[in-house]
Amino acid sequence: MGVLQIVIVLAVVFLLVKPLGTYVYHVYSNEPNRTDRIFGWLERFIYALIGLKERAGMTWKKYVLSFLLTNIVFVGLGYLLLRIQSVLPLNPNGIGNMEQTLSFNTIISFMTNTNLQHYSGESGLSYFSQMIVIMMMMFTSAATGFSVAIAFVRGLTSKGKTLGNFFEDFVKSHTRIFFPAAIGVTLILVALQVPQTFDPTLTVTTLEGATQHIAIGPVASLESIKHLGTNGGGFFGVNSAHPFENPNGLTNVIEILSMWLLPASLPYVYGRFAKNRKQGWVVFSAMMTLFIAFLVVAYASEMHGNPAINALGIDHSEGSMEGKEVRLGVAQSALFTTVTTAATTGSVDNMHDTLTPLGGMVPLAEMMLNVVFGGKGVGLVNMLMYAILGVFLCGLMVGRTPEFLGRKIEPKEMKLIAVAILMHPLIILAPTAIAFVTDLGKGAITNPGFHGISQVLYEYTSSAANNGSGFEGLADNTSFWNITTGLVMLLGRYISMIAMMAVAGSLVRKQWVPETIGTFRTDNKLFYGILIGTVLIIGALTFLPTVVLGPIAEFLTLR
Amino acid sequence: MSTQRKSMLTSGMVRSAIKDSFVKLNPLTMMKNPVMFVVEAGTFVVLLMTVFPGYFDTTDDIGFNVTVFLILLFTVLFANFAEALAEGRGKAQANTLKKTKKEVTANKVVAGGVKSVPSAELRKGDIVIVSQGEMIPGDGEVIEGIASVDESAITGESAPVIKEAGGDFSSVTGGTRVVSDTIRVRITTDPGESFIDRMIALVEGAKRQKTPNELALNTLLSSLTLIFLIVVVTLAPIAKYVNIELQVPVLIALLVCLIPTTIGGLLSAIGIAGMDRVTQFNVLAMSGKAVEAAGDINTMILDKTGTITFGNRMASEFIPVGGESEERVAEWAAVSSLKDDTPEGRSVLELMKTNSLRYDEKVAVGGEFIEFKAETRMSGMDLKDGRKVRKGAVDSVKKWVAAQGGSIPSDLDARTDGIAREGGTPLAVAIDNRILGLIYLKDTVKPGMRDRFDQLRRMGIKTIMCTGDNPLTAATIALEAGVDDFIAESKPEDKIAVIRREQAEGKLVAMTGDGTNDAPALAQADVGLAMNSGTTAAKEAANMVDLDSDPSKIIEVVAIGKQLLMTRGALTTFSIANDIAKYFAIIPAMFTLAIPEMHVLNIMGLGSPMSAILSALIFNAIIIPLLIPLAMRGVAYKPMSASRLLGRNIVVYGIGGVIVPFIGIKLIDLIVHLWV
Repeated sequence: MGVLQIVIVLAVVFLLVKPLGTYVYHVYSNEPNRTDRIFGWLERFIYALIGLKERAGMTWKKYVLSFLLTNIVFVGLGYLLLRIQSVLPLNPNGIGNMEQTLSFNTIISFMTNTNLQHYSGESGLSYFSQMIVIMMMMFTSAATGFSVAIAFVRGLTSKGKTLGNFFEDFVKSHTRIFFPAAIGVTLILVALQVPQTFDPTLTVTTLEGATQHIAIGPVASLESIKHLGTNGGGFFGVNSAHPFENPNGLTNVIEILSMWLLPASLPYVYGRFAKNRKQGWVVFSAMMTLFIAFLVVAYASEMHGNPAINALGIDHSEGSMEGKEVRLGVAQSALFTTVTTAATTGSVDNMHDTLTPLGGMVPLAEMMLNVVFGGKGVGLVNMLMYAILGVFLCGLMVGRTPEFLGRKIEPKEMKLIAVAILMHPLIILAPTAIAFVTDLGKGAITNPGFHGISQVLYEYTSSAANNGSGFEGLADNTSFWNITTGLVMLLGRYISMIAMMAVAGSLVRKQWVPETIGTFRTDNKLFYGILIGTVLIIGALTFLPTVVLGPIAEFLTLR
Repeated sequence: MSTQRKSMLTSGMVRSAIKDSFVKLNPLTMMKNPVMFVVEAGTFVVLLMTVFPGYFDTTDDIGFNVTVFLILLFTVLFANFAEALAEGRGKAQANTLKKTKKEVTANKVVAGGVKSVPSAELRKGDIVIVSQGEMIPGDGEVIEGIASVDESAITGESAPVIKEAGGDFSSVTGGTRVVSDTIRVRITTDPGESFIDRMIALVEGAKRQKTPNELALNTLLSSLTLIFLIVVVTLAPIAKYVNIELQVPVLIALLVCLIPTTIGGLLSAIGIAGMDRVTQFNVLAMSGKAVEAAGDINTMILDKTGTITFGNRMASEFIPVGGESEERVAEWAAVSSLKDDTPEGRSVLELMKTNSLRYDEKVAVGGEFIEFKAETRMSGMDLKDGRKVRKGAVDSVKKWVAAQGGSIPSDLDARTDGIAREGGTPLAVAIDNRILGLIYLKDTVKPGMRDRFDQLRRMGIKTIMCTGDNPLTAATIALEAGVDDFIAESKPEDKIAVIRREQAEGKLVAMTGDGTNDAPALAQADVGLAMNSGTTAAKEAANMVDLDSDPSKIIEVVAIGKQLLMTRGALTTFSIANDIAKYFAIIPAMFTLAIPEMHVLNIMGLGSPMSAILSALIFNAIIIPLLIPLAMRGVAYKPMSASRLLGRNIVVYGIGGVIVPFIGIKLIDLIVHLWV
């Protein structure tokens, strides 16, 4: 049964990648198409409202400046609202203002599409903050990521000087993708019993006569964009494990598909832009291969259960159920975990801290790679970066200087890519090491030993990959963790984005080299192998020593 | 290609390379190579820990530290040795060249006479007179006279070449010797800037600049080094949390194994050796960039004459004039060519054979052979009986016959024009005062050209033939040679237009040329190969000069460029793929003492943690000298499609790079484990 559930979800993804990718391509290709009639009027209204008349193409610098400024404005506004939420409307539960470092962390977390939550929604945010701050950022950060990815792809696949107009991409991401999809998913979730209300927390008397407070609120609307935008920040502290966020297996599958389909279709979109769909399929296949490998490890490890508990003679035919929801089971949990860290959503329907050591290594490793589908746009950009690296390393072996999609890869691009590949391990390993030499860091660990290493490593990896899921178990709402993870999220998001946009800006201006029989091809099986090899050797080996000390040591010693 | 320049490795070169490996340990030199600089820094730290164990408060085994230090030191030395050895070949060549650059006395023309001055005092614009047996004192241009010059010092080719004022054969090189006649030369370079000076600088590698691709690769290697530095530095505090104390030498060993030392150590040697291979081939590349560009060529523009064909030189028909018979023309053409060693002369005798024409060899016995001279443009024989036979340029023969009072047959001019129209060259044959007929010299495609163009096509290179012939002749030759495209009746401007058109499509273009009017096109082309026999203008515009003046060598230059890039890519891939095995050797070794369960990761079954670390380090060090021959020679290159080439190289250097170290480390461990 478990495997069948997984296979069905995978089949749906395979079936929908092409139609969805085609739709997304038409959204950003800026060529007239049928959907203009449906959305055109709204966009024209918005363009008029914000004074966007020309919508001329932007150079990479202008594009970067535009999205940075837009994000800075959102950060400022959001921070202010969180700090004064107690006096704002829609606060039926009388929640107070958020503390400084926590506000800093929260705002960075949501603007960077990370959604690392050092607060619990039910006690830390008013309904107003949930809707105006959190949900707004869920839309805008996803739209930012998507726009950047599309601009990057344009840089790789077109000639000229510009990468498109950020504001136009940003508006279209909302009007044509996130608004319609969010409305649809919200309605389905409401139909499946997810609450959507402004009523305050319910206070009920249980059968035993005790008083219980049951938190509710506008959950369904947040839940939909949380997954569609690969955000992952839950309405409630326990996220999608909460029965009101994710009441049953069907909602679980809907949430999985919501967060997975758009990132999965992006390689196809890239293939369309490249006017060679095979290019897209090669990237998709590499991502899917890594994904399935990770999924198999997670599922097998969870089904095998915890050897220490098994040794007590406890029945483990259902797998390791510690920290998992009975209504979802191991298959749905393992799939959710693998998808949420692949797509860097970061929502959880089970507690990753209680996964078996190898099961817990899977989400960690996916975030370390950050290329297995990846979050809104970022995954594709990263995978293409590895593709350029693969071309650079192996391309020389055909006896030509390296070319990617007909553009020469030269010192300028390599310098920028060097910054991007350097940044990821730096912002994961350096703060992890710092956490272990300071009491402020070590103090938060609730589970000493090898698992403690996993806890800290997971926290920073999740921040750096802009995933946002927590290994939880870490007492992380302290100034130390709020500030360090806040900085890691910022660097993790923007440094590589800016570097990769600069790469796109440099490539778009280059003279194209025509393809001949002597050209290194990036649309065949061989390159698919090279791409996976590059990701594993450059991306994965970097983290191996630390992972060996964390999950692998735990796995080997857990008897 | 001449053999005298093909310097093989000599023991002297090895000795000087060993000395240089130590000289290069200077940190200021090492800084230029970040990967090896990190290794050297690590070596130094381990040395300090070995010498002052008390200061570092280390409890490690001194013997282990000493061993690590020695292996690290040898890693650096091996890398230095590779570079020094590659440079050594160039230096040896430079020394040979420097010998030819000895000081000579020049006969400088001054107001009212000639003055003897040392060649070093000559400046641009000075005029000198060089006579038979004298050395030409500097690079220059013949302004008066004609002479044959021995250029073997530069080209290695022993046959002298004709230099004359005006035209495309007027440039002379300092250090070459005049073997006949006297010429006046206008010096065109100041001392220190001459062709030989530039050549010495190039082969010595003194002015070697990193190519764009090398720079990009260096950036990547540096960032990988930095990444692994981060990995290793952060590992210690993280391990300490679970009570594993990692010793500094062990961490340095891990770092050195992970950073790409193999390619880092061999990178510059590969570049130098690539340039060197071009030089061995008697082609002088002005920069490494030009050699790399050769690998990237998409389009090759080739002159028909001299490159694809022998150049109007093969006799294909005897045409009688003035009522003579074909047999008679053939007979005297053969007699005139009996002692003629030029290709034209030989082709006449061959044509006799193929057409089974006969002639009386006895006629020539005791005759005196008259050699071809630039002034007379004829050759032939003065027979014993007093008759004189000549063959040569039609105009010259006409004059010669007229001078003896002979008449010119009426149909001669019509026949001559007919041959010229068809793209051939006519040679007139005369005996005393009678012109007998014409030898039709036809263009013949060089043997093997078809195969080479097929190879180029398989490499993805398009060939365009340029010729002054009419479209009909051009098409015939193009078809016969198998080129992809041709330009008939082409003028020098056409070449540059074609280059610009191809470049606008993003293609890289290579061409050869020798004349002054080729210079703009040579400069415009991405790879311009000038002939050494060509004009100074052409040589200066080009980024490569072929000392043998064989234009078809451009094809091999492309192959050498590709080979250089492939070697670099193959060793990079190999080096990076090696990391997997090294991880499996060192990681379990580092942690097994504290976490015994880690032994399951020791998949190679290495003897002990210490021997595992040492074996990985030793492998890492000795793989550098083991790969030096490959780096110097270059990986094997056969023209084939990129996909097949890549598939093959990925298997050999990628998959091989994963597997080889597993075997190598295991074998080394079997020995090392005997001690630790």
